[in-house]
Amino acid sequence: MKEALEEMAQAVVRKALRGGASDAECTVLDRTEFSTTVRMREVENLKEAGSRAAGVRVLKGKRSGSAYTSDLTAEGLDRMVDAALQLAEVTGEDPFAGLPETEELGSLKGALNLYHPDVEEMQAEEKIRRAREAEEAAFAYDPRIGNSEGATFSSTLGRRAFANSRGFAGSYRTSSCSLSALPVAREGESMERDYWFTAARSAAELEPAELVGRIAAQRALRRLHRRKVRTQTVPVVFEPWAARSLVGHLFDAVSGDAVYRKASFLAGKLGEKVASDSFTVVDDATIPGLFGTSPFDDEGTPSRRTVVVENGVLKNYLLNTYTARKLGLRTTGCASRGVTGNTSVGHGNFYLEKGAAKPADIIKSVPSGLYVTELMGFGVNNVTGDYSRGAAGLWIENGELAYPVSEITIAGNLLRMFQDIEQVGDDLEFRGSAASPTILIREMTVSGQ
Amino acid sequence: MGFHGSFFARKFGITERDLEAYLSEALGSGGDYADLYFEYLATSMVGIDEAIVKSATQGVSLGVGVRVISGERTGYAYCDDLAPEKIRKAARTAACIAAGPSRVLKTGLREEVRRDLYPVVDGDGAGLAERIELVKRADAAARAFDRRIFQVQSAYADSVRHILVATSDGALNFDAQPMVRLNVFALAREDGGAPQRGYSGGGGRSGIEFFQGEKTPEYFAAEAARQAIVQLSAEPAPAGEMTVVLGPGWPGILLHEAVGHGLEADFNRKRVSAFSDRVGERVASPLVTVVDDGTLRNRRGSLNVDDEGFPTQRNVLIENGILRGYMQDRLSSRLTGAAPTGSGRRESYQHFPMPRMTNTFMLAGESDPEEIIGSVSKGLYCSMFGGGQVDITSGNFVFSATESYLIEDGKLTRPVRGASLIGNGPETLKYVSMVGSDLRLDEGVGICGKEGQSVPVGVGIPTIKLDRVTVGGTGR
Repeated sequence: MKEALEEMAQAVVRKALRGGASDAECTVLDRTEFSTTVRMREVENLKEAGSRAAGVRVLKGKRSGSAYTSDLTAEGLDRMVDAALQLAEVTGEDPFAGLPETEELGSLKGALNLYHPDVEEMQAEEKIRRAREAEEAAFAYDPRIGNSEGATFSSTLGRRAFANSRGFAGSYRTSSCSLSALPVAREGESMERDYWFTAARSAAELEPAELVGRIAAQRALRRLHRRKVRTQTVPVVFEPWAARSLVGHLFDAVSGDAVYRKASFLAGKLGEKVASDSFTVVDDATIPGLFGTSPFDDEGTPSRRTVVVENGVLKNYLLNTYTARKLGLRTTGCASRGVTGNTSVGHGNFYLEKGAAKPADIIKSVPSGLYVTELMGFGVNNVTGDYSRGAAGLWIENGELAYPVSEITIAGNLLRMFQDIEQVGDDLEFRGSAASPTILIREMTVSGQ
Repeated sequence: MGFHGSFFARKFGITERDLEAYLSEALGSGGDYADLYFEYLATSMVGIDEAIVKSATQGVSLGVGVRVISGERTGYAYCDDLAPEKIRKAARTAACIAAGPSRVLKTGLREEVRRDLYPVVDGDGAGLAERIELVKRADAAARAFDRRIFQVQSAYADSVRHILVATSDGALNFDAQPMVRLNVFALAREDGGAPQRGYSGGGGRSGIEFFQGEKTPEYFAAEAARQAIVQLSAEPAPAGEMTVVLGPGWPGILLHEAVGHGLEADFNRKRVSAFSDRVGERVASPLVTVVDDGTLRNRRGSLNVDDEGFPTQRNVLIENGILRGYMQDRLSSRLTGAAPTGSGRRESYQHFPMPRMTNTFMLAGESDPEEIIGSVSKGLYCSMFGGGQVDITSGNFVFSATESYLIEDGKLTRPVRGASLIGNGPETLKYVSMVGSDLRLDEGVGICGKEGQSVPVGVGIPTIKLDRVTVGGTGR
């Protein structure tokens, strides 16, 4: 099985070269998914299926063209290659277009633990049982949890193969599974929902279903009887799940695509102090078993570890071959694409390094402020760093979480916010490929009444 | 054109007998209902960046989804191969949800009446040269708009989706759904200062000829460039509760977030929406009537039939401020006895349908837009927005302004930077105190996400005045 997709990718590359391409690269993906939702103690839905797709990008000198297909027969792949070759006749000459240099290509050796057979081996009955147990735990936690949008168990098995005309060919398998619960809390007129989940590459690493349901219930319950606060400027604490979104905005700003177009507030700031001393952010696609890990990136260069910000100083942008050439730098192994097209920039495991502070002590240090548990909307401008998003969370009074607040916004500027990070918690954990511990920002505008 | 002349019959030799056999297989373990959704999607995209056509992509995907409903349970499976044994296997997998004696399809399939809200495009559509010309024109026009524009990106994308829906109720529908879209991003900078961005775009269910009328690439390019230039002189937005006037068109995203999602029948059937059990109650000012209409010609959110084979229709959601009804998919309508509304949609054959919006807008009122702005002594005027989001249970929603101006003594004065507006669905529309006569629909770029599925939608609104909304800026 391993070789089949890889061979298909290599065959497509050969086809493209025979058709007149000066270079070519091909990705083949195979994906199997399963999901089931239990709602109000009954199985609500169950889905199981698989699909495959192939994509090719060809170069004719400095012009490129791309195509994809879900028809992996020889005729289907021929048509795909022909389409890409035809497109490469009509695009423009881009002096920076091209594949990575041969010496840049390669793949990490050693076990990365991206595939665990226990995901594939787990029976549907067991998946349903875990979803049922998670929802039941939410109901059992408190009588105010009387409704639910259900609990879902899903799993995915994938295989990615990639080959190019510079001699690279590789493939890897991945597995992942997750369990989430979405309970609804109600008391009087107040109704709130929240969710919690666990996700891992191995079924054995999932947190217990009972814990997922209980945390989801606690999160929904603590939002009941929310208030709206008056407009003011206060310290803001982001719980890890909310802080993760700030790390995501940093990624957008250091991504080579935004930087070479000067569409980032961090363009031109390499070597400058852009954040507080306690702010060190790393991209590391080599940590075994995590969701952001892979042996090679989506254009065949080996995955690696890159320090992006060190003690507040911007050290590196994240780059693929194209954006590296545009900026006169080297790739950081961050090429990303679906199945076809020019690569964009993606991250591996992208995280804010943990600090020394206990989250409880961070909250204790705030006389009056906001503890953010949820952010909403798209009010982030990557060009200017302007930030204004809907928020929900808990109000901190005299160092204690006092009451829930919502229907408020928090606003600032990302550059200023990164510089205003006063404390970083010790509670870093990976629930996805981006992660952050608890953080405290000195002040932001909270807009309410 | 009858079924035999339809896309799947011609290209893949699918017959009505095949469809009946697959449906019988799907009901092999019992179940109340089964359907098949065949989809063939052909896409094409060209992109220009730094005045170079750097990317061009074409592709096809094909597959069939099989669904079995048994009570409140749904079984779903799909395959990306139309080989009969593969479809049968998917049908058997979907059937696992049901447990009972097999049911035999009683009635044969019958073709439903077909409508024609958009041109049926066949073959490859526009030529490559024509597509490339569009993005080159957009690039040139944005750069020519003002010398301060220093970076332009534009992309043109078109697609044709052929679908075939066959149900165990005996309904057989097929449709060819075209879509075009052009995007333009521009960056402006003054004397080496900080850059500002502008965005515009448009399209609809049409071929490339969409851009040959008044909505040319130059029109969208000038709009993107204008927005970036305006931002160069923008000040921080104010913070706190204030009077807000929304301009016509895309600001209709307010309705999509504030009430649209909360009125989708699945959330209401499960009683998890802030609007659950509130039909007949006042949820908006008497000036407010909101409809969701999937039958508008060539609009991005329109469909001849929804993805479950029901004809789309014009659904009144809120009438003179009173909540009238929800948007239904087949499952919700079966379980609650509500009449179908043609709102069952899915992203692709890999997804099961759920209730979704089509084109959601507020009907025009009687006020003159100038008069609305003139009535505000101090407030904010928002003419353009980015995206929005809602928590349907608490009803809280947020959407982000990308072009706004302060209103001072009835006049638009200074532009202000982006700010999010936040409100609560069942409350915010009660503060609508004036509705303009200038209803406008958006340019055709909306994408709506729900539970991991994206579908194209439209929105629209006349100029309206909201007496109280929380604005999330950083200024005073």
